[in-house]
Amino acid sequence: MELYSLTIHELRELLKKREVSALEVTKSYLERIKEVEPKIDALVTITEDFALQKAKEADEKIKKGEDTALTGIPVIIKDNISTEGIKTTCSSKMLENYIPPYNATVVEKLLEEGVIILGKSNLDEFAMGSSTENSAFKTTKNPWDLSRVPGGSSGGSAAAIAADEAAFALGSDTGGSIRQPASLCGVVGMKPTYGLVSRYGLVAFASSLDQIGPFTKDVTDCAIVLNTIIGHDPKDSTSLKIDKPDYTSYLKEDIKGLRIGVAKEFFGEGIEEGVKETVQESIKVLQNLGAEIIDISIPYVEYALPAYYIIASAEASSNLARYDGIRYGHIAEKYEDLIDMYMVTRSEGFGKEVKRRIMLGTYALSSGYYDAYYKKALKVRTLIKNDFEKAFEKCDVIIGPTSPTVAFKIGERANDPLAMYLADIYTVSVNIAGLPGISIPCGLSDGLPVGLQIIGRHFEEGKILNVAYAFEQANKFNAKPQAIGVQDNEVRSSDWLRGPCRTFDREQNLL
Amino acid sequence: MIGLEVHAELLTESKIFCSCTTKFGGEPNTHVCPVCLGLPGTLPVLNKKVVEYAVRAGLALNCTIANFSKMDRKNYFYPDLPKAYQISQYDLPLCSNGYVEIEVDGKVKKIGIKRIHIEEDAGKLLHENTDGSLVDYNRAGVPLIEIVSEPDMSTPEEAYQYLTKLKSILEYTEVSDCKMQEGSLRVDTNVSVRPVGSTELGTKIELKNLNSFKAVQKALEYEIKRQVKVLEEGGTIVQETRRWNESKGITEPMRTKEEAHDYRYFPEPDLVPIIVTDEWKEEIRKSLPEMPHHKRERFIAEYGLPEYDAKIITSSKKMADFFEKCVLEYDSPKAVSNWLMGEFSRLMNETGKEIDEVPVTPQMLAKLLKLIDNGVISGSIAKTVFEEMFGTGKEPEVVVEEKGLKQIANENELREIIKKVIAENPKSVEDYKNGKEKAMGFLVGQVMKATKGKANPQLTNQILKEELSK
Amino acid sequence: MAISRSEVEHVAKLARLKFSQEEIEEFTVQLSKIIDYVNKLNELDTENVEPTAHIVPIYNVFREDEVKPSMDRDKILMNALYKENGCFKVPKIIE
Ligand SMILES: [Zn+2]
Repeated sequence: MELYSLTIHELRELLKKREVSALEVTKSYLERIKEVEPKIDALVTITEDFALQKAKEADEKIKKGEDTALTGIPVIIKDNISTEGIKTTCSSKMLENYIPPYNATVVEKLLEEGVIILGKSNLDEFAMGSSTENSAFKTTKNPWDLSRVPGGSSGGSAAAIAADEAAFALGSDTGGSIRQPASLCGVVGMKPTYGLVSRYGLVAFASSLDQIGPFTKDVTDCAIVLNTIIGHDPKDSTSLKIDKPDYTSYLKEDIKGLRIGVAKEFFGEGIEEGVKETVQESIKVLQNLGAEIIDISIPYVEYALPAYYIIASAEASSNLARYDGIRYGHIAEKYEDLIDMYMVTRSEGFGKEVKRRIMLGTYALSSGYYDAYYKKALKVRTLIKNDFEKAFEKCDVIIGPTSPTVAFKIGERANDPLAMYLADIYTVSVNIAGLPGISIPCGLSDGLPVGLQIIGRHFEEGKILNVAYAFEQANKFNAKPQAIGVQDNEVRSSDWLRGPCRTFDREQNLL
Repeated sequence: MIGLEVHAELLTESKIFCSCTTKFGGEPNTHVCPVCLGLPGTLPVLNKKVVEYAVRAGLALNCTIANFSKMDRKNYFYPDLPKAYQISQYDLPLCSNGYVEIEVDGKVKKIGIKRIHIEEDAGKLLHENTDGSLVDYNRAGVPLIEIVSEPDMSTPEEAYQYLTKLKSILEYTEVSDCKMQEGSLRVDTNVSVRPVGSTELGTKIELKNLNSFKAVQKALEYEIKRQVKVLEEGGTIVQETRRWNESKGITEPMRTKEEAHDYRYFPEPDLVPIIVTDEWKEEIRKSLPEMPHHKRERFIAEYGLPEYDAKIITSSKKMADFFEKCVLEYDSPKAVSNWLMGEFSRLMNETGKEIDEVPVTPQMLAKLLKLIDNGVISGSIAKTVFEEMFGTGKEPEVVVEEKGLKQIANENELREIIKKVIAENPKSVEDYKNGKEKAMGFLVGQVMKATKGKANPQLTNQILKEELSK
Repeated sequence: MAISRSEVEHVAKLARLKFSQEEIEEFTVQLSKIIDYVNKLNELDTENVEPTAHIVPIYNVFREDEVKPSMDRDKILMNALYKENGCFKVPKIIE
């Protein structure tokens, strides 16, 4: 077993006991990145020197006993989250050379704990997409099958974790951009309640829907990362003041009597048979653990996707208006006058999908259409929110598939925007209602991972983690992606900790 | 019909959505941070003072304060607007339905205030450069209130009175310093004419580039004449924005933008609603300083000023403050008010300066008045001294010393001069002795002339009488 | 078509985007399809429904009026390609 295949809590144990150093962990990951990146293309920037320097600092911290849960743990950050002095491109030609002079609040929090940033991950340009094919730089491949997409928009972060390129990653979720790629890549991904994690420094796509969240290798890690990244931020007016819970305290196997809602709307048209069966088996697993399964209905959920496309595009059209090349970013070389400079700059800098959404959003807000589209969508938002509130009167969490399909082929939907939008059909309603949701791997269909989505009430991440953890313990997802050549896919990292080779020979195993 | 839109910069220390200073001036782009530069990922957080100041202005202008208010985005592209949207308020402004009272030809008229909303200022474009324009974002994010009047004014004079009153109230409430030359007060106006008796609304023309209240008045006068002429000649008024050309004294059409504006307003998702509870509103009301009419009444009662004086002195808070400070040092309110309304106002008008830009302090004026009382200088010499103080900021006694303006109060010295005057004016002496009292005045004048005004008036009178009765 | 070619051209101008003729064609078709799809919302009667702009019902989030140092100008200008005398530079604007 290699260090890079361990979880955060496993690494933490080794670091705490000083059995390995943060520098060794970091080098292990950097090697791994070099090995698999040519196949996966998950990263747009690798910050090797910065990582090595931070690793040394982390080791100092550990030596002084100032370490915390994430000290010395390597992370990969989605490239729409601002990192001071490190390019933040949003996988757009527009920001190809943009270097933020400040850190996002989440980055600040991670750095304070001594987390090691290995690099920035690929995404659909400005987080608009469900396959990471909309990146201006590269298409990330799914580690389970290199001819398939990793999902999106946080496809780089999801693929990186699936391929063991970091211990955890950060992504952003506006309509499913964490949960859907987590599902397609067989990792754990959570979108917290809107307002739980500061958005300061997250390059805005749709401000009223965006939320940062973690990608991890298991549920325990998800709770650990959540503990660090949440909390009120005076720089974000929409971030909430709540008592910080210890999410690891929810990691219990007992879910007896917990009411789990299953909505028929999440098993509708377009769902693959394999996905459906896997999720239904998972429901049985939870039932066997003592949970009460309750049939519920969320009738308005079918309107979530059209409402989402209007709200998200409208906000995006405004959020992306600032890219004019004057203060930062791409600027046209040839133009006639000021207006032409704007037009040429923006037309050269943005890709097709981004332009499509700016167009849709501008149209929806334009004079004469505001009431028919934007206001209408906000009203439908109210209906969906109420729908969930009603559903949550009957149950504690709602479960269903994260995505209607397993990972699809690269190029398969690239030219059909609507078909691509349907990839988010089970995830957008959660953003529309501002709820927390997680995707955890629950099995394979045709050798590709299927994700189970667990949705909770506002700020009830703890309950979600409880269910996710119980499920994970009962139904170990031991498979590892084959496509990048994992030598020993039968042995789970956690087995190694319990196994016989505990006296780990560092010299031999490193690098 | 005339309607006015006034933008006033609020006197907060920091900007509306970030902690950068609002100080005027400063090297370009030195009062800028990631938030007011609109860097990707940054978010606004509303300055509480901005809400309080706007509510204060609203209360002083008799507005209804909205219990529920929100911020909206106004989308348009321009290099001075870093986010390509201005955070403003659209359908739910903080204040609405107020009014101010103005006096025109002795009659009181109410001018309606449609709304007051808060918003952020844009940056500044500099055009000195030949091959391009430069952008300075120091001003981007400075808090503004926009005060929109009803189209209740019917003459340029009323517009002028409205602006003067509005400025006075904004200064009184201490929400804005209203310095037009620093751009902290900006006025746009729209005007339409309609034939007498017609109820149909005329076409609205917007006027820009109005750098002073006088300019507003002049531009309106010109524009009304122009529109009337066009209509009389059977033409039609085209809806447009025109610019006041101060040097030519005319309004000119501005280059028309190729498309109509479509600001695509929508609720700002990065900021949450503002709820002004009754308690908060009352707290703000209590913090309101004394308003002009209260101050006026107090000045009459407390200082015994005539109503006319009290009205003029209190029309500007700065003038009223100056007055009170001066009276503290020199306990003759009427004398202070005479000076403020007389010499002081005359020189301010001539130089176009505000009272706080003049180097004369209340203490200095008080000293000057004491010099007169103590007979060191005469009242007329005091005017000369004051002019020097106004220009240079020197203390009165320094001016008197430097210019040798001390009164001649030495009896012997003065008697010699008077004897000389009597000797040179036998005709007037004759007239005086024949009972022509006027001749006395002439002789005093001659003494003053001979002493360049430095003769002590009482002493001059006394000696003259003595010498003439010899 | 749910949206006409000229509307697409108008919206492009509003959004400051420039398209070739072929792109306008393509966008007209694609946007029409998307608009047809989102028109699904019209099936719902929302007459008496309040719009939700903020999903979490919070209000009155303020900062105190305190000045903090601004950012170094070098950093402010760091990402701009065209700059002069401490300012950002744009094409000549005639007002
Ligand atoms: Zn700032």
